[in-house]
Amino acid sequence: MSKQYETVIGLEVHVELATKTKIFCGCSTEFGGAPNTHTCPVCTGQPGSLPVLNKQVVEYAMAIGVATNCDITPICKFDRKNYFYPDNPQNYQISQLYLPIAHDGYVEIEINGKKKKVRIHEMHMEEDAGKLIHDEWTNSSLVDYNRSGVPLVEIVSEPDMRNADEVMAYLEKLRLIIQYLGASDAKLHEGSMRADVNLSVREVGTEEFGTRTEMKNLNSFKAIARAIEGETKRQIELIEDGRKVVQETRRWDDNKESSHAMRSKEDAKDYRYFPEPDLVPISISKEWISEIKEKQPELREEKLARYKEEFEIPKYDAEILTGSKHLADIFEETTKLSGKPKKVSNWLMVEGLRLVKENNMEMEDIHFKPASLAIIIDLVDKGEINNQVAKEVFELVFKEDIDPEKYIEEKGLKSVNDTDELKKVVEEIIANNPKSVEDYHNGKEKAIGFLVGQTMKAMKGKANPGIVNKLLKELL
Amino acid sequence: MSNHISDETIEYVGILAQLDLNEEEKVKAKEDMEQMLEYIDTLNELDTEGIEPKTHISDTTNVFREDVVTNGDGSDDVLANAPLKKDEYLSVPKTIG
Ligand SMILES: [Zn+2]
Repeated sequence: MSKQYETVIGLEVHVELATKTKIFCGCSTEFGGAPNTHTCPVCTGQPGSLPVLNKQVVEYAMAIGVATNCDITPICKFDRKNYFYPDNPQNYQISQLYLPIAHDGYVEIEINGKKKKVRIHEMHMEEDAGKLIHDEWTNSSLVDYNRSGVPLVEIVSEPDMRNADEVMAYLEKLRLIIQYLGASDAKLHEGSMRADVNLSVREVGTEEFGTRTEMKNLNSFKAIARAIEGETKRQIELIEDGRKVVQETRRWDDNKESSHAMRSKEDAKDYRYFPEPDLVPISISKEWISEIKEKQPELREEKLARYKEEFEIPKYDAEILTGSKHLADIFEETTKLSGKPKKVSNWLMVEGLRLVKENNMEMEDIHFKPASLAIIIDLVDKGEINNQVAKEVFELVFKEDIDPEKYIEEKGLKSVNDTDELKKVVEEIIANNPKSVEDYHNGKEKAIGFLVGQTMKAMKGKANPGIVNKLLKELL
Repeated sequence: MSNHISDETIEYVGILAQLDLNEEEKVKAKEDMEQMLEYIDTLNELDTEGIEPKTHISDTTNVFREDVVTNGDGSDDVLANAPLKKDEYLSVPKTIG
């Protein structure tokens, strides 16, 4: 019988914090600036410049630490991590090694109804590096320091995960906690959340860990899942072959679906850390921690419970709505305006999700005025537009953020509720469809549906279907 | 001497610090490093029982700035100091992708 192996995975997750300015200088962190425009002597490592810590970075880091059940370090400080690379203008990265801001926490994940804790070893604050672009023309690299000094936290888990599903659940959990805290938008595909995977395999039943490798360059959930599968297979094959797994950093190529070892120079682990003399220690009092706890907004689990209780919407719907802070905000705003949570939920769950899917969007890309959806719901309820028209208008609200009332007015989409006017049309339809009328009288209830459809068609979709139905039954 | 720095160590430290030392300089660097380690040995003789490790030379803590943008476009100054540039970028020898 062949040996059974298990995969052991730990994660290093980098999250870009949502501050307005960099960690050690007053340069903007905004995306999309022309190259090197968000720079100053500090974030380009000019001699004699001095870093000053952004207080908001500490508070976001504390909030994440508290929400992930970490102990907050009462006195923490920064260290220098030394390496030479053009994306790092100081030749060192300011990070935290000896006294990171938070440690020994956990988050709880759920897989098929089974709960499991993934422990967090430590979390520290550090600065991001600049961006390198390869220039084909001159065969050189071009450097943009706009990202240099953007604040990050790195969350290091214990090796508590055993498969890709657990890794996905852990990342999703972190993403939601951080998004809800407002500490980052935590988008994997846009790079505001990045994960390195530490992976080893061992025979089932053994206590000892195997030799691990670190995988970098994983920028989507799918890439992470594929990399875990690929690396597990590679390591088992080495062991079965009687060869050894080498401890190294590997770069995942998602197009080739394989990884290669990074050159040893890139992987120099000898960073010669030493205390950062330009920054004084951070003293975090119990009072400060309490303040952060008090400011903690409603997190996902609490929101989920409240939606079920307060709005009585199904568990599945509540899970989808709260699965994105942004979507939950739209839901709550619309509900506040319309007072009809179930209808708002229905619109978002059915039409909203359909449009997200059709347009290959993320929930975070939804941008329409909640008031517009509230108006559409109201107009349907008052019978002023029918469902078909409402869907058409919502699609335009969703895609182009149009003013629904103006559009309905201009296009003359209001339902015809005038019974006399509708009666004439219905009489005509009855006269023109003797076969269906006969079917109806012979007990084929369904025939009425056809007649309603014909009437709606004649009215170009603007008739009130309830009234049409009633009229048909009367006149037949 | 108790703190002997081997040739391999000097070679390795040179690589880490990106210093290209000639033979003469290597000998001098070895001597310097050995002296530094000796100085640390002297410090290690002190009885530090019961003394909290210091994390910083200053007793000050919590020096912060508020999260407000105070800097404008610094690209002209930054690029002025670049040995090589292309368009709005600094240009460096090709890095390993
Ligand atoms: Zn700056």
